[in-house]
Amino acid sequence: MSLLTDAKVVKQIKLAPHYYRLILAAPATTRAAGPGQFLHVRCGETLEPLLRRPLSIHAVNRERGELAHLYRVAGRGTALLAKKKRGDTINILGPLGRGYTMPSAPERFAVVAGGIGIAPLYFLLQETGARGQSALVFWGASTKEQFFSPAEPFWNADGTGGKYPSIVQEICAQGHQIILATDDGSAGFHGTVTDLFERYLNNPSGREEILSRYREAVTTSGLIKTDGEAGAVCSCSPGAMLNFNQNPESETFARVYGCGPGVMLKELCRIIGTHKIPGEISLEERMGCGVGACLSCACKTRDEEKDGFRYSRVCLEGPVFPAGEVLWD
Amino acid sequence: MTEIYSGRTAGKKPDLSVNIGKLRMKNPVTTASGTFGFGPEYAPYLDLNRLGAIVVKGTTLQPRPGNPTPRLVETPAGILNSIGLQNPGVDCLIGEYLPYLAQYDLPVIVNISGDTVEDYAELAGKLERAAGVAALEVNISCPNVKKGGMQFGSDPYMAAEVTRAVRGNTDKPVIVKLSPNVTSIVGVAVEVAAAGADALSMINTLLGMAIDIRRRRPLLGNIMGGLSGPAVRPVAVRAVWQVYREVDLPIIGMGGIVTAEDALEFILAGATAVAVGTANFINPRAALEVLEGIEQYLTEHQIGEIGELVGAAHRT
Ligand SMILES: Cc1cc2nc3c(=O)[nH]c(=O)nc-3n(C[C@H](O)[C@H](O)[C@H](O)COP(=O)(O)OP(=O)(O)OC[C@H]3O[C@@H](n4cnc5c(N)ncnc54)[C@H](O)[C@@H]3O)c2cc1C
Ligand SMILES: Cc1cc2nc3c(=O)[nH]c(=O)nc-3n(C[C@H](O)[C@H](O)[C@H](O)COP(=O)(O)O)c2cc1C
Ligand code: FES
Repeated sequence: MSLLTDAKVVKQIKLAPHYYRLILAAPATTRAAGPGQFLHVRCGETLEPLLRRPLSIHAVNRERGELAHLYRVAGRGTALLAKKKRGDTINILGPLGRGYTMPSAPERFAVVAGGIGIAPLYFLLQETGARGQSALVFWGASTKEQFFSPAEPFWNADGTGGKYPSIVQEICAQGHQIILATDDGSAGFHGTVTDLFERYLNNPSGREEILSRYREAVTTSGLIKTDGEAGAVCSCSPGAMLNFNQNPESETFARVYGCGPGVMLKELCRIIGTHKIPGEISLEERMGCGVGACLSCACKTRDEEKDGFRYSRVCLEGPVFPAGEVLWD
Repeated sequence: MTEIYSGRTAGKKPDLSVNIGKLRMKNPVTTASGTFGFGPEYAPYLDLNRLGAIVVKGTTLQPRPGNPTPRLVETPAGILNSIGLQNPGVDCLIGEYLPYLAQYDLPVIVNISGDTVEDYAELAGKLERAAGVAALEVNISCPNVKKGGMQFGSDPYMAAEVTRAVRGNTDKPVIVKLSPNVTSIVGVAVEVAAAGADALSMINTLLGMAIDIRRRRPLLGNIMGGLSGPAVRPVAVRAVWQVYREVDLPIIGMGGIVTAEDALEFILAGATAVAVGTANFINPRAALEVLEGIEQYLTEHQIGEIGELVGAAHRT
């Protein structure tokens, strides 16, 4: 069920220059939201800019009736959004679109995120973590600062607030393992996240080494702090993280979830296609209506009956698509 | 407040109903083709029963995949689109969407497009036999398809030929949708009226384009597209004004309507009904808010019937 409502700004947290976490009070929207879905957000009050802006649902706190966005200031709309303060109202439309299929109970799954692409995947990790499912998360960014060190507490998987030194540690606290890649080598693997992911898949006997090497990089990067340092109860001491998976060599992923820039997703689709792992990726396209009415947000998907492809609506049939369905130019 | 027209008493609900040829609408507010899908997309946000009519997405004989992406660019107070009439084809409309819409107390106006005059005739014939079609809106003004489309709309004689072909195959009201991308919209309107149209709708989008200065190439996949939204409203109001003076047919006015005030401008210029388009994207309840605002205006000014306002700006 999708709704049109005025949400109240609970908090706007600056994570880094141009990056924000926006927490909104919207109980009914929060109840209806699933990982991978998005809201179509009216960033200003005037007709400039004219259109709403699509933003993924980044996390929810159902008890408090609150949800969060994680966004980058990319232009006029998001710049207006960044000016919103506690108590302001923002008109939101949603939850919209088809989200991620939740993994079934004992499945081991992987999450591959590029930059701000962590936004919707975080919600998936929050939901699966709360159900006791764990993922191996590969997160890449251009530089270490883009793994964000939030200055203010955020909700835990169980809905309680917690303050962690980084989003990386928030994810660990939800019960997942995470390894990082940066373009400049400032944290974790020096290279792209898809390259790291492919190395991991291609070389089962080398996995243990990859894990320990880059987990150690995570702990020494200052992105993870142990109990005392973090000033909060944290279930993820570096030791616990190392013990997480006893046997990575024989590990198989039942599914891979991805979100990030187009080039990264294309590469991810190629990799999981080669390894025959089912995957789901979240796409972006410019949107008008957000509800399937205007056909602005078309993307090419496989269709054997027609000329081999059809245009699907990212806002309605997506934004999450099975990896094998998307056709790349 | 003084009574403008005699014989009305304050507090009585104004009569909002209007006639577009044989089509009777309970109020003058409808949705612009291509901006409201087929109805179900917006049903969660507003009661479709309250609309005067719905105009569905442009329909062609065969399904159409549409144009390459990107298909949408935001411009100052407007948008450029180059959707390219992506639609599932008339048979799907008849098989799926018309039965869906039958649950509502809502006249359905089907917007049709073709590559040839024969296409239009065949579409009219198919829809004449289909249940649940209240009227046809003949799109001779789409800037986003190579063949047909705007070509028909920019040549008064072609426009008349298409109108005659549709007229010949249907008894339903024929509404011809005019393009603003012409030297004289009145010239086209006059010919279309003579060819048997029951009503006119205007305006379709204005041909435009935008360029990405970083990549040094057009922003739309299709290079050019149609401009809509508040930016085009003065052009649309002018078109309605001019045509109202010369042609004695009801007009459905559209182009940049966001609020009731905007809609009233069109009505005062000569539109019998109005359509809300791009504004649906900003506010899914825009059409209802426009309707409520019109009703409030009539009540406040103690005007008993919406008809009294149609073209009133010509008379003062
Ligand atoms: C389903 C979906 C979910 C999204 N989730 C998030 C999220 O969680 N966090 C986040 O930071 N961003 C997200 N985005 C991207 C976000 O919508 C755009 O960054 C935003 O619309 C830019 O608006 P603006 O007015 O600030 O910038 P504009 O001034 O409109 O544009 C700035 C630049 O971004 C480009 N752009 C504009 N809209 C889009 C778009 N929809 N997709 C790709 N490029 C675009 C423009 O071409 C321009 O180069 C999502 C997009 C989609 C489609
Ligand atoms: C995304 C989009 C798709 C459209 N598709 C059609 C169409 O299929 N047929 C048609 O006659 N007009 C189409 N139009 C034009 C509108 O019906 C309307 O004439 C125009 O947008 C002006 O109104 P507005 O400014 O209120 O949007 C489309 C407009 C938009 C923005
Ligand atoms: S944004 Fe309108 S159909 Fe997707």
